[in-house]
Amino acid sequence: MSTLCRDCGTATPTVKAPAGRCKHCGSPRTIIHPELDSLAIAHIDCDAFYANVEKRDDPALRDRPVIVGWGRRGVVLTACYMARLYGVRSAMPMFKALKACPDAVVLRPNMEKYRTVGHQIRACMREVTPLVEPLSIDEAFLDLTDTERRHHSSPAQTLARLALHIERAFGVTVSVGLSYNKFLAKIASDLDKPRGFAVIGRGEALAFLRPRPVGLIWGVGPALQQRLAGDGIRTVGDLQDRKERDLVARYGSIGRRLARFAHGEDDRRVEPHAPTKSVSAETTFDEDTAAAEALTAALRPLCDRVAERLKRANLAGHIVSLKLKTARFQVIARSRRLGAPTQRAEILFQSACALLEREADGRRFRLIGVGASDLVDGSAADPPDLFDPPHALLGRAGSDETAECDPIRSDQPDR
Amino acid sequence: MKLTLERSDLLKSLAHVQSVVERRNTIPILSNVLLETVEGAVSLVATDMDLTIVEKVPAMIAEGGATTIPAHTLYDIVRKLPEGAQVQLDGSGDSGQLVLRAGRSRFTLATLPKEDFPTMGAGELPHQFTLTVNEMRRLIDRTRFAISTEETRYYLNGIYLHAATVDDQRLLRAVATDGHRLARVERPLPSGAGEMPGVIIPRKTVGELRKLIEEADETIEVALSDARIRFAFDDVVLTSKLIDGTFPDYQRVIPSGNDKVLEVDRRSFAEAVDRVSTISSEKSRAVKLSVKGENLTLSATSPENGSASEELEVNFNGEGIEIGFNARYLLDITHQIEGDGAQFAMADAASPTLVRDVADTSALYVLMPMRV
Repeated sequence: MSTLCRDCGTATPTVKAPAGRCKHCGSPRTIIHPELDSLAIAHIDCDAFYANVEKRDDPALRDRPVIVGWGRRGVVLTACYMARLYGVRSAMPMFKALKACPDAVVLRPNMEKYRTVGHQIRACMREVTPLVEPLSIDEAFLDLTDTERRHHSSPAQTLARLALHIERAFGVTVSVGLSYNKFLAKIASDLDKPRGFAVIGRGEALAFLRPRPVGLIWGVGPALQQRLAGDGIRTVGDLQDRKERDLVARYGSIGRRLARFAHGEDDRRVEPHAPTKSVSAETTFDEDTAAAEALTAALRPLCDRVAERLKRANLAGHIVSLKLKTARFQVIARSRRLGAPTQRAEILFQSACALLEREADGRRFRLIGVGASDLVDGSAADPPDLFDPPHALLGRAGSDETAECDPIRSDQPDR
Repeated sequence: MKLTLERSDLLKSLAHVQSVVERRNTIPILSNVLLETVEGAVSLVATDMDLTIVEKVPAMIAEGGATTIPAHTLYDIVRKLPEGAQVQLDGSGDSGQLVLRAGRSRFTLATLPKEDFPTMGAGELPHQFTLTVNEMRRLIDRTRFAISTEETRYYLNGIYLHAATVDDQRLLRAVATDGHRLARVERPLPSGAGEMPGVIIPRKTVGELRKLIEEADETIEVALSDARIRFAFDDVVLTSKLIDGTFPDYQRVIPSGNDKVLEVDRRSFAEAVDRVSTISSEKSRAVKLSVKGENLTLSATSPENGSASEELEVNFNGEGIEIGFNARYLLDITHQIEGDGAQFAMADAASPTLVRDVADTSALYVLMPMRV
């Protein structure tokens, strides 16, 4: 067993815990863990990323609570740790956040800047290992298996040095979670935030998970949580006590995931080129909106954006989904499967409008969004259609007989 | 209401009517089946508001009346009763309850009042004609695979049944298309259909009707207006709303000048398509047809798995052509061809192709090629 110093990166052989201060530099930030040298899957998450980038760039903000988000109508994107002390949380409506923390400095997000810093940090991660799977602009999974020889240090040491380097080079802090799979690494990075370094080893995983709520498991949302609670399953331990076979029988394919994750097993690999699962765009209205025409009008530019992004990524979506958030913050998601995958704005728009028609019943909405999912390669997009004029060869079609029906309707999708 | 009937009779009819009842219903009464006594029988009625089925089952009526009970629950109960059982239904006691007895089993079911059950008046159905069950099966089977499921073009979500005139011959035609393929089948216009409007029969109605006539006797009475259609056969009456929309002028997309004509042995062609497309894991599997003289090569490639090809001897009147199709669409069509030969009339790799049964000219199919 060895002790790792997070400030100088030195590993000192140690006989038993506690670790105490670093023998090399005297820092108290040391970690000791029996499996420290054998764990290689990490999750790195920047601490209050947007807010900390702003604090870095404007020292006057350093000692004040900072919230990054949109006006009174929007939601909190990021709150710095000082604002969090007042109870401000991400995704909280701004008016609530300001009620909790009236002195907060509210900044509009400068996504361009965050993206730049995010990409710089990602580049540093890639220098450590090519197996970096970004989850968003400010967090990623890293697989450091077999990097020891290259860095002449264990994954844990490499990570400690990486965290220090990011802090010094970019002025933002990160939290590291280290474990033996993605599921646990992600949980670990949250344990010691901010500026944290937490480890979950094989030896403690089961006991660690046992008392936690089932909602901790990836894929368990409020609906499934409620269903599980109805069956008397509230903690991960409740899942551990049930057989995988029974869980699969009761919950279908998610049952297998529940059983495996509950036992700390997760065989998902760190995928540096994880395929895009969906493409979407949404907008928050300046005022809650109920009028069907206004809602429809808002959809069109969103569909244009989604189509644009699908084309750029050479993808096509088989499922079109509509997202609405009511004035009471209830989220409504509706989707429909198309006959063929599309990347055309007009088809997205028509499908989204049809979905909207059933929901626009006078309720007031604060947000509307549209998305494409079940993505396939762009070459399969919008196969030629008999009734789509450019493909229909209308001029060449025969008229050797008369059929008693009307001409093609004018509401065919246009190009 | 009090009556006794054979379990097997009841089960057969319940299997029919419960299939119309949606599993999830926001309106509770739509989950129920209406039981109403008539002379020597009880009629079972189920509806989803668009489609209503009425079926009569012979019964010994001790006391007339009517009530409604949950359709799927009743079906599940009757299904589990032993073969040969006599089922007694008794709604004469406590109001709001129906007691079902069979052998030593006893079930008490909650009822909803008959008055709440929505009845769909068919209105006047001025156009009436008769088809044999075989003909009706053929009209459905040859076309239903091409029905669109895309809700945006709701007017393609059914079979378009209409009268047409070709060279002074009057025909009854069924057409379905999803924009990628089209199927058209025809037969001489039956008497009584001369003035019928073109109607679009919804997919669900087509599906229910097809199931029901699997075991039906000789003929089906069809009656329709421009809003509703009714099918009557044996002891069953199925009434459905029609799709309120305009079917596109499909005739304009049926090519007539395609001069590259390929004839294949239907069975070996279908088997080869099925084999070759196995290599592709994608949902829309493309198969490429390369014809050169008397030789057809079917091929498919998959970026993950590799590639496959198979050669067939064919008749072809042109020099050569390369054209791609969705494998499933090819199979759907060849399954509807009963003769030995299938004929493909093509123009080029980007234009609609016409497919026919060499032995039967009453059905034709149009297939849009895929880019390969």
